Amino acid sequence: MSLDPQTLAELHEIADRYPEKRSGLLPMLHLIQSVEGRVTPEGIEVCAQVLGISAAEVNGVATFYTMYKRRPVGDYHVGVCTNTLCAVMGGDLIFERLKEHLDVGNDETTEDGKITLEHVECNAACDYAPVMMVNWEFMDNQTPESAVQVVDDLRAGREVHSTRGPRLCTWREAERVLAGFPDDRADEGPAAGPASLAGLKIAREKGWTAPEGEK
Amino acid sequence: MTTTPDRTEVETVTLTIDGVQVSVPKDTLVIRAAEQVGVQIPRFCDHPLLDPVGACRQCLVDIPDAGNGRGFPKPQASCTLPVADGMVVNTQATSEVADKAQQGVMEFLLINHPLDCPVCDKGGECPLQNQAMSNGRGESRFAESGGVKRTFPKPIAISAQVLLDRERCVLCARCTRFSEQVAGDPFIALAERGALQQVAIYEREPYQSYFSGNAIQICPVGALTSADYRFRSRPFDLVSNQSIAEHDACGAAIRVDHRRGKVMRRLAGNDPEVNEEWISDKDRFAFHYARQDDRLRYPMVREDGELRPASWPEAFAVAARGLRDAGAAAVLTGGRVTAEDAYAYAKFARVSLGTNDVDFRARPHSAEEAAFLASHVALSGGVTYADLEAAPVVVLLGLEPEDEAATIFLRLRKAARRGRTQVVSVAPMTSRGLAKMQGRLVPAVPGTEAEVIATLKGAEHGVTRDAVILVGERLAQTHGALSAAVELAATTGARLAWVPRRAGDRGAVEAGALPNLLPGGRPVGEASARVDVAAAWGAESLPAKVGRDGNAIVASLLKGELGGLVVGGVDPDDTSDPAAFRAALDAAGFVVSLELRETDVTRVADVVLPVAPVTDKAGTFVTWDARARSFDAVFTNPSSLPDLRLLAGISEELARLGQGRPLGFRTVAEVRAEMRSLGPWDGARPALDAGKPPRPAKAPRKGETPFALATWKQLVDLGSLQDGEVHLRATARTPVAALSAASYESVFGMLDAEAGAPLVTVTGDRGSVTLPAVVADLPDGVVWVPARSFGRGVLAELASPGSAVTLRQAPAALDNAHQAVKGATA
Amino acid sequence: MTTLTPVLTDNWDAERAWTLAAYEERGGYAALDKAFAMAPDAVIDVVKESGLRGRGGAGFPTGMKWGFIPQDNPRPKYLVVNADESEPGTCKDIPLMMASPHTLVEGVIVSAYAIRANTAFIYVRGEVLHVIRRLQRAVQEAYLAGHLGRNIHGSGYDLDLIVHAGAGAYICGEETALLEGLEGRRGQPRLRPPFPAVAGLYASPTVINNVESIASVPSIITNGAGWFAGMGTEKSNGFGIFSLSGHVRNPGQYEAPLGITLRELIDLAGGMREGHELKFWTPGGSSTPLLTPEHLDVPLDFESVGAAGSMLGTRALQLFDETTCVVRAVLRWTEFYKHESCGKCTPCREGTWWLTQTLARLEKGQGSEADLDLLLDQCDNILGRSFCALGDGATSPISSSIQHFRDEYLAHLTNGGCPFDPAASTAFAPVGASA
Repeated sequence: MSLDPQTLAELHEIADRYPEKRSGLLPMLHLIQSVEGRVTPEGIEVCAQVLGISAAEVNGVATFYTMYKRRPVGDYHVGVCTNTLCAVMGGDLIFERLKEHLDVGNDETTEDGKITLEHVECNAACDYAPVMMVNWEFMDNQTPESAVQVVDDLRAGREVHSTRGPRLCTWREAERVLAGFPDDRADEGPAAGPASLAGLKIAREKGWTAPEGEK
Repeated sequence: MTTTPDRTEVETVTLTIDGVQVSVPKDTLVIRAAEQVGVQIPRFCDHPLLDPVGACRQCLVDIPDAGNGRGFPKPQASCTLPVADGMVVNTQATSEVADKAQQGVMEFLLINHPLDCPVCDKGGECPLQNQAMSNGRGESRFAESGGVKRTFPKPIAISAQVLLDRERCVLCARCTRFSEQVAGDPFIALAERGALQQVAIYEREPYQSYFSGNAIQICPVGALTSADYRFRSRPFDLVSNQSIAEHDACGAAIRVDHRRGKVMRRLAGNDPEVNEEWISDKDRFAFHYARQDDRLRYPMVREDGELRPASWPEAFAVAARGLRDAGAAAVLTGGRVTAEDAYAYAKFARVSLGTNDVDFRARPHSAEEAAFLASHVALSGGVTYADLEAAPVVVLLGLEPEDEAATIFLRLRKAARRGRTQVVSVAPMTSRGLAKMQGRLVPAVPGTEAEVIATLKGAEHGVTRDAVILVGERLAQTHGALSAAVELAATTGARLAWVPRRAGDRGAVEAGALPNLLPGGRPVGEASARVDVAAAWGAESLPAKVGRDGNAIVASLLKGELGGLVVGGVDPDDTSDPAAFRAALDAAGFVVSLELRETDVTRVADVVLPVAPVTDKAGTFVTWDARARSFDAVFTNPSSLPDLRLLAGISEELARLGQGRPLGFRTVAEVRAEMRSLGPWDGARPALDAGKPPRPAKAPRKGETPFALATWKQLVDLGSLQDGEVHLRATARTPVAALSAASYESVFGMLDAEAGAPLVTVTGDRGSVTLPAVVADLPDGVVWVPARSFGRGVLAELASPGSAVTLRQAPAALDNAHQAVKGATA
Repeated sequence: MTTLTPVLTDNWDAERAWTLAAYEERGGYAALDKAFAMAPDAVIDVVKESGLRGRGGAGFPTGMKWGFIPQDNPRPKYLVVNADESEPGTCKDIPLMMASPHTLVEGVIVSAYAIRANTAFIYVRGEVLHVIRRLQRAVQEAYLAGHLGRNIHGSGYDLDLIVHAGAGAYICGEETALLEGLEGRRGQPRLRPPFPAVAGLYASPTVINNVESIASVPSIITNGAGWFAGMGTEKSNGFGIFSLSGHVRNPGQYEAPLGITLRELIDLAGGMREGHELKFWTPGGSSTPLLTPEHLDVPLDFESVGAAGSMLGTRALQLFDETTCVVRAVLRWTEFYKHESCGKCTPCREGTWWLTQTLARLEKGQGSEADLDLLLDQCDNILGRSFCALGDGATSPISSSIQHFRDEYLAHLTNGGCPFDPAASTAFAPVGASA
């Protein structure tokens, strides 16, 4: 068993956040990924043990959700949205370009272990299409060139920022946040990107507001 | 339709299905209401004993009026829709919408199905195949348009017994729902999603369930098959007979499928009052024992120290002469005989041997138990499976239903899952079965059961007059415990039922195969009872003295007080003291063995008479709830005779020699008629006398901390009735020695969670066994080991249950430990 | 001319808008005391009177949903916020939670108080890391400020709020699948009845509301039911965030009264991109049937869009110009549904498997015109036959595109493949590029 006592304690801590322990399973699997780099058999067994359910049940959950990975993920998970709108707006070309540039296929990791490339579904940033996610941070309004620049910077160890978020952390660090153990980056980045403010900007310009409230 | 009949008046609802008005109980699902008007709506995921799920969508029907004047705009799944007054349902029989919806779903189901019916075991009895014919289209538009099917590697073993072909699976989830909802073994679960969804085990954990065969049986396609039956035959080549499972006292209905005189498989029968539609894997797969190489095919008599074949008349004559000449003789029947055969043994002892020295109990037993069987078991009844489901509290005393009475286990789990029934168990630890029933453990160190049971009168345990107390046969191992159970029932008003392990036990009690009981629950000690029976049997009198029990028979044979012995199906290693039993066989002047297969008894017997297996004879097993479960012979095999016919043959020869009278019957039908005409005893039941406590057990050797030995037989173990089915045996649980955390630390030092299971050697006065040690919630100073999962078992090779044993850490690579594990899993 | 009505988006341009300080500076958390001064049922009444309808797509009246909670049920009540925003085209909740998570937290407190829940959850999709950070921080700040926890604002009311990250499953936007995910299970929809209001999370009475619905509650409490009902149309009251994406000059979030038209919105967004014109659009995500330029003046409210043959959905207006191949667009959406089908029911699981194959062949110019009828028949066998709305949604783009663009499908057959240049429709295509 490769899981350390601290992780085990944290798994219990997650389960204890909820009125019923099993609710902790999704964040627990995120924590497993942050420690193990993927959902490992040990991770499945430990989750089953902590929750008092069968490993088959944990396996059923771990294989249902696409964020859980069975093969090791690189330091940076690069997800190119190829759902219709992003695909049409250039996502398909970006994805093709990155595959070629990184010499990997979908859901594969570069030889240096830095980048795992995957095409992803709509990530709720359509007004910034085409969108790319790095470790589930928004990289808005990409072009094939900008996407290549991002992965090159990441592989070279240069600091990269989300276009409307913080400095990028590693995939494992991201998974830890998803497990409910916040890092200190909440205050980085703006409140909103330009597209989010498009309507508000017009309203401000034109002096439009919602009606006055009742007393 | 399988539901336990409800005794109370039920509210009914009237609706119209395909133009036919029908009234059904409120809450009935439309799919089942339609069956009442003769319409079979196709279905896959629906199963009356599983929670509705509505997943496969095959059973869509049109509802132009939901009972409120408004219809549903879209077809509805009839398997999840309860009926309503005034509802109008149009099924595929009358509605084009419903018919098209069903055809559409069927077409979808088939696009990814391999259509490999010609090589599929399910072909010919496949709901998918049948319903594709009745409710599908002839041509596949998917294939026509060059569709590409999802494929998987062909079958994968998900346990030693069960194989999974994912291509054939229609993802109805019956198997996973059964495992979770009914068996409580969620070791298969749906994995992945979308069209890649599949049933899966966790890669390192097989589908280990005592009930896995049910998942195979309810699979509506050929996705799940058993290693045992796979590729064995075609359903249309099989002949089916209804029968009753012979492996426990539950009386599960089974279907025996055979071809050319050979049983090919067994399936669960459908009996709502008993096993509903489920049986254990033992009931399903353990039938190969009857066709092993060591099966006895002809009578044998010993001549010059060697057994040689003999004709039936010669064997009867030799047996009769030997018994006559041996002096006083006794009868041990074993617990697996039918009620009719047990009656023949009981009568044979009294009429032909002139003795009450007869006992069916081939296991540790006591005089207190015999008294209890006479006072509280014979002729008792009234507690049923349905009662278990209705009782607020069910108390288990010396009984592990999952291992010892699987049908009871499933019924109790069903009750517990509904949250209506609390199971309370007096036992050394929370077994897996108890955990699955969400049961509460009242821990008892072996030997202290009587005191612990006495505490159950406390209000906090909820044992009231609505409760049911189930007493297992193992309670007899502790003096005073049966009396305590009776006392508990008397004080609280709770009903009590005795649950033996073996199919023939209860019938043997009723048939009088006990030293203190005559047939029909008649006490030997009652003169009027003896007169009653003697008159019916045409005998001048019956022996008046209460006979010897099994233990006393063994002791008396050793002392030379008894000379002859008639033994039915008794495995020496099941008896209280196997070594003593073997010595008694050697000491006996003359032994007649009635057996199915060669055993340690037949090897020393003077006359060996082969008996018919249950497939070859009619008979009756009386269940724990006093249900007479009669069955007919599956095969007609003139050379395969029931015990009662052989005993009749010996009795006739004895009578010819001037001893006793012929039994007066030769067939099962004649025995049944005689039993009926004799009827039950209508006199007072004898009182329960616990008798004297036995001598205290031997103190262990100085310097070693004694542990009390707790044990019971696991459902799948090395029992001889499971011989010949390697896949079943491979699903047995790995034998372990369980002890408390403190005890574990006292043996191994600190408890190390990461170390796996180290080996412990348990030593008793009969030998030692080395097993992996695991921690469980036992009281300190108690060790539990399975009774028959290694070697010749606990009784033969370790110690008597409840006695003191010692524990020490064993070197990790001890060979015999591995063999012990292998013995149960190979 | 309809004007924009920033309410939920109004503070998004504030300095550090996501912080408690910034939120409170603009009067944040004032709705709490107003609500606590009312009986919980009175809060429900206000929301009922406001006419607020679910902003997650279905448009079910929010106050009525709250009223379904059986208050005589002794089990705990739960409020669950559906922040699993995943419907293609939908991108309103994510920026809301990123910019002003406290709006949601305040809404959660008022709503939970109304239904008498002492535990609430925000089930947020896992693929939005920074949004999750901001939610976690906001909840922490709210606890420290006494807006959450025991005896909130001295009211005697207790509430715990748990931020729960999902793990990648569109289906968890379906409320019962979401509950499965929240209970640590595979996100497959549950049988209804029982409805979540009666037996939801942990088999207890549960309200599940969309982020925008809950976030709208504080403004309704503060400004009054009449204020909210005064906006929008007769049956579709209030404001909503309209998300414009695709081939429009200024894609983004536009908060306006329900009933605004796409023509008005495109005008506000600076028109379609230069040199191009609208070809087809989704009113509320990919699961709502496609509309065309002839529907530009349909009021974007629940009733009017329904009457036009589609659904308002999540107001996810994905705009595609004439460079876009509709067959390619529809195939991609269908692949999405196939990928996200949970596998529980046959029509959706198997139907999406088949639909993608038929469409893929058509896109390559293979097959025949009969395949269009086959597609429509497959859709007919999925729509209303599936276990949940995912299967229904999968058919929307196909049926509607064949209805509006049958000729374009046929053009693929006559052309022997797709007649469009995918490069021309990209955001980085040179101005004036065309198919």
